[in-house]
Amino acid sequence: MRRILIWLPLLLFVAFIGLFASGLFQPDDRIIHSRLVGQPLPAFDLPAAASDRPGLSSEAMTSGQPRLLNIFASWCVPCMVEAPQLMALKQAGVAIDAIAIRDARSDVDAFLARNGNPYQRIGLDARSAVQIALGSSGVPETFVIDGRGRIAYQHIGEIRADDVPTILARLEDAR
Amino acid sequence: MIAEAGLIALWLAASLALLQLFLAFAGLKGGKVELLAAMRPVAVAQGVLTALAFALLITLFLRSDMSVLLVAMNSHSAKPWLYKFAGTWGNHEGSMLLWVAVMGVAGGAVALFERALRRDTHMATLGAQAAISLGFYAFLLFSSNPFARVDPPPPDGQGLNPLLQDPGLAFHPPTLYLGYVGLSVAFSFAVGALLTRAVDAAFARAMRPWVLGAWILLTLGITAGSYWAYYELGWGGWWFWDPVENASLMPWLAATALLHSVTVLATRDGLRAWTIMLAVVAFSMSMVGTFLVRSGILTSVHAFAVDPERGSFILALLAVYIGGALALFGWRIGSVREGAPFELVSRETLLVVNNLLLSVILGIVLIGTLYPLMTEAFGHKVSVGAPYFDRIAGPIALTLMIAMAVGPLTRWRRDRLPAVGRRLVIPATGGAMAAVFIAAVAWGRIGPLPFFGLTVAIGVGIASLAPLWKRKLLRTPLFTWGMVIAHLGCAVSLAGMACDSAFTVEKLVAARPGEAIRTAGWTLRFVKIMPLAGDNWTALQADMAVDRGGRAVMMRPQSRFFTSPPTTTSEAALLTQWDGQLYVVLGEEVEGGRWQLRIWWKPFVTLIWFGGVLIALGGALALVGHERRGWLVKWRSRRAVA
Repeated sequence: MRRILIWLPLLLFVAFIGLFASGLFQPDDRIIHSRLVGQPLPAFDLPAAASDRPGLSSEAMTSGQPRLLNIFASWCVPCMVEAPQLMALKQAGVAIDAIAIRDARSDVDAFLARNGNPYQRIGLDARSAVQIALGSSGVPETFVIDGRGRIAYQHIGEIRADDVPTILARLEDAR
Repeated sequence: MIAEAGLIALWLAASLALLQLFLAFAGLKGGKVELLAAMRPVAVAQGVLTALAFALLITLFLRSDMSVLLVAMNSHSAKPWLYKFAGTWGNHEGSMLLWVAVMGVAGGAVALFERALRRDTHMATLGAQAAISLGFYAFLLFSSNPFARVDPPPPDGQGLNPLLQDPGLAFHPPTLYLGYVGLSVAFSFAVGALLTRAVDAAFARAMRPWVLGAWILLTLGITAGSYWAYYELGWGGWWFWDPVENASLMPWLAATALLHSVTVLATRDGLRAWTIMLAVVAFSMSMVGTFLVRSGILTSVHAFAVDPERGSFILALLAVYIGGALALFGWRIGSVREGAPFELVSRETLLVVNNLLLSVILGIVLIGTLYPLMTEAFGHKVSVGAPYFDRIAGPIALTLMIAMAVGPLTRWRRDRLPAVGRRLVIPATGGAMAAVFIAAVAWGRIGPLPFFGLTVAIGVGIASLAPLWKRKLLRTPLFTWGMVIAHLGCAVSLAGMACDSAFTVEKLVAARPGEAIRTAGWTLRFVKIMPLAGDNWTALQADMAVDRGGRAVMMRPQSRFFTSPPTTTSEAALLTQWDGQLYVVLGEEVEGGRWQLRIWWKPFVTLIWFGGVLIALGGALALVGHERRGWLVKWRSRRAVA
């Protein structure tokens, strides 16, 4: 018994060293995976955020075809940065809907006039309620929604040019 | 030239460490204890050289020598001199140099001042200290050189993290490091004793002052760090169970256990193997903590420049030193005789209980800190927060406090249960009365843990003073005073923690100048908000006239903007009263010219740190008490010889 006790600390320590080494050499993984991936969209029905587009409801996102749901705001600078990528996706035939966060219709109109309008429908989430239900922590974020209205993928931050292939691939997967 | 001189000093110190190790090896192998005389100056010179290297780095920071990479990365010529000075250790390389300097100076001190230790054990101890130092010299010289130059030198530096630009930086890290790294001496003592098979009461008496010294500084360092985080971060909390805080708490827990077990070994010649194990564990926890912080495998507010190469280097050092010491323990401890036995009802038993509970808490903190790492190895990501630590460690800590009340009232070797019970009547009555009073006043407002915390604090507070009853206070030995004050400090600190978590009132408001806010009996009149320029920052400062019926006092929370590097920090305004602190943080402007204000009234929160200082003071009294007794004995025997 005493013999085992004597060597126990060393054995424990060796286990710790193994743990530390595995922690040290594991590739740094800073991607946050949303718990909502695989879940159906939360139910919502939002009024129109722009003058020339209808509002957005969760039912409208269940169209049988995968679509993108872009969370943006007219006051958000990175949203301007991702606008060309969204236009390119639209050109590639992707259906894109959007939710504008804490926004005003005139501001959204001005934003779309300046940066282009890739959206089919835009809902206004004046108090971030839907954004919170979606588990989205900021703007911009983009969700891939499959044909049955389930969240297939979440992209946090602005879409850069080299993110476009990933998003197209995810859309294809969700088909 | 200064940087090169510093580097040379470091290389010389490293070579001396090698020589010291060689001398110890030769001396022990050949049985030539007289080589100790040669080792002494080597160890002292090593200490002097490391201190010199550190002083040279401070000089470089004070002169803002931007041709030195470390200065350029972490300092700025427009900083006030205090932050240039303290900025020396506000970064990875500088703090590792401080680590090495503390280690070198501690080794020198052991060579110079230690006289009670058997000579062969002394040699082995100095050899072990040199061996550990060598690893850290290598780490510094090969992967964290603080004296590296940059060519061409930048026009100015990148500045110091504004959160660190606070007088706290001048005090907290050096004190903490002195304690943290000072524990290396206990580690070396343990290794030395194992190598020379000298684990006995005389050894424990020789080791005790070194453990006590490191423990006092560690206590002060943690207390200062806690208060600094409390007022500088502006979150109103005093402990966050952050990995770095845990990294300082774990060595403290081990050192506290060691302090008590070494007393059993010194007084009663018991707990031999256990004491050696704790001495190894205490400094091992310091090294593990350093690894966790510097390798970046855990996320923490104390982010250092993270570098996997450095992580691997420290991991290798850990494996060699801790693994080596534990292997030596397994190999040699079998030949150490069992210490003196003791009865079940005795102070020894209570000290064993103390040790076990401290070890359990240490285990809980260690597991909680490493749990995210363990689950990540299996593909899950979790974080462990305050609820785990509070709920699991809290009740055990309260049990420990009760053992702390009983211990000093129990006799060494053998006591009778009824007698111990009689001595506990008054403290228990006090605690029970406190419980009734608190329940009557605050029932429904106070959670179970704070309730028991406050009750135990009062009972233990009374019990901690009990060893002084019926004694002539002036003739009571200084180390008894030390124990009493340190234990009282624990009770005081616990009372502060319980009051803070039970009775804190928090209020979050948006107010415009001219408005008044009422909370917890206080009235805060928001007078105005003004811009303000400091040395290397500008700020918005709110003037709040604060009163609770008497004269109004001005409180001035700020939101500070630093330019190098560009950051915003909030400077909380604190108003300290005898019965607590008012804590005001100025937030951002919201619509309509209103400002977010966060206000806390924290009853008796200051007791937390006051208790911490009492604990350290108690340690200091015990240290002086033990040492003075040693001097008296020596002086008398010298006189007797004459």
